[in-house]
Amino acid sequence: MPKRSDILARAARLRMTFEAAGAQVVDPPLLQPAETLLDLYGEDIRARAYITSDALRGEQMLRPDFTVPVVQMHMRQGAEPARYTYAGEVFRRQEHDPDRANEYLQVGYEVFDRNDSASADAEVFALIALQLRGLPVRAATGDIGILMAAVEGLNTTEKRKSALMRHIWRPRRFRSLLERYAGRAALPDSRKKLLSTEGPLSGSAPAIGKRRAAEVDARVELLRADAAMPPISEHELLALEALMAVRETLPYAIEQMRDIAVDLPSILPALDRLEARTAAMKARGIDVDSLDFEASYGRTSMEYYDGFVFGFYAETKPGLPPVASGGRYDALTRQLGQGDEIPAVGAVLRPDLMLMLEEGKP
Amino acid sequence: MSLKLGVPSKGRLMEKTFDWFAKRDITLSRTGSEREYAGAVDGVDGVELVLLSAGEIPRELAAGRIHLGVTGTDLVQEKLPRWEQQIEELEPMGFGFADLVLAVPQFWIDVDTLDDLDAVAAAFRQTHGHRLRIATKYHRLVREFLTDAGVADYQLVDSQGATEGTVKNETAEMVADITSTGETLRANHLKLLSDGLVLKSQATLWRSREADYDPAEKKALKDLLSLIEQAG
Repeated sequence: MPKRSDILARAARLRMTFEAAGAQVVDPPLLQPAETLLDLYGEDIRARAYITSDALRGEQMLRPDFTVPVVQMHMRQGAEPARYTYAGEVFRRQEHDPDRANEYLQVGYEVFDRNDSASADAEVFALIALQLRGLPVRAATGDIGILMAAVEGLNTTEKRKSALMRHIWRPRRFRSLLERYAGRAALPDSRKKLLSTEGPLSGSAPAIGKRRAAEVDARVELLRADAAMPPISEHELLALEALMAVRETLPYAIEQMRDIAVDLPSILPALDRLEARTAAMKARGIDVDSLDFEASYGRTSMEYYDGFVFGFYAETKPGLPPVASGGRYDALTRQLGQGDEIPAVGAVLRPDLMLMLEEGKP
Repeated sequence: MSLKLGVPSKGRLMEKTFDWFAKRDITLSRTGSEREYAGAVDGVDGVELVLLSAGEIPRELAAGRIHLGVTGTDLVQEKLPRWEQQIEELEPMGFGFADLVLAVPQFWIDVDTLDDLDAVAAAFRQTHGHRLRIATKYHRLVREFLTDAGVADYQLVDSQGATEGTVKNETAEMVADITSTGETLRANHLKLLSDGLVLKSQATLWRSREADYDPAEKKALKDLLSLIEQAG
């Protein structure tokens, strides 16, 4: 492992580089109110973050990343457009792999800008790539926005679409919902029984708890209404599956997705954005012709990226966490903005892993 | 030094453990006054009885402070991440059967599977402004189970006892609890989810991989295990 003093020196240098690129230095507190993060990520975050508490402030979390506090700070008081940089520790519980660090430094660069998202995406990607030049890393890219546009455009009910949308970041549940809505998965017997009866059904057992009988009846009605709806069509399903499987260098990926768009025309605007971003990246000297693109990339990471996503991975050490990662998170600013929102994109680097790769040994 | 055997210090679990060892010609007994947690082992030399709360036995095994211990699979898996690295399962003991299950109010006729639960959790959160609360003391097991199943919009609330009553008291919407027959759940107007079995548990004899074993302790372990094997 590289020495801590070296890691700190590298982090400081990277932050200075980002400052020179026009970012303002910010330094959010180590302890974050747990409430916000729990609301965003749900119970799953408890497996990934350290939670502590006191009687006065309740549950506090050792910051698992900087993005959420930086967004909150910007939404409260930020001037527009804004660029921020930070360097500091983040903390992640590791219950399954003792070799993964539970505390490490991140250096980040975040852009809040209403004009020209393609250019902001390219700016962040190129700036990160520049810091990593010469290192044996491979970039992976994706775009969650294309998949979201595909779901949005399906010829099915709003209820089904919002259920699918809610599970974009949980690929297994997404798949099982999709199979059900496409009529591929058999209904459980309990559901068949429920649907074969009529009228309100609750009342035989006492209605206990905060979920009221009216809510139960309302859902039964919904299920009955849903059962009467036609399944998602086979050609839409196949197109969606083909889209999720796209994994190619960028130019070929775009070509494939243009073909898929014949059956899923709703993704066309997202593809135009991808092409604009690709052009902006090329203009910044990125070799886009050999850049990898995976339509499903980023679906298993923390669920706030909703557009461009990318990561840089050590070529020779596939088990290593990404050396850098980032993406666009417009929806997060909306969730934390209390009625306000702003397009935003950012990325973080791990100076410890950069030094490790430079030393050429684990 | 002698081989330390950790056994639950009270109740039916202790009695059944004593019976189990007695069938294998090893007599465990409590010594001293009723209130004193001291014990004796007859039938095998060099073994010391340590009486502990069943919930503390996983931790003591993992720390290597006891060599052998009797406790439930549920407690081991809840308390010890990567438990296989720290302890070894020697013998399932055939009692203390208990399933960790997810249970919802019986009148939720629209909920039978994890699919249903997930959909209801989303709707509940929209209606009530907070995530659907699940009362449990098995936080890690339940969370990992639900993460695996892709269930979202729920929240675990801690309940160290009388968990089945939390729904009626409206401090939780459902529970994740240990049951052997399901009777307590039914009495509290709760029902199981058909695919909501988190874990099947029974009392089990475990060996610590972390403890040191000196020659005398090694011999005692060998003797004890051969007595157990003979009976098997």
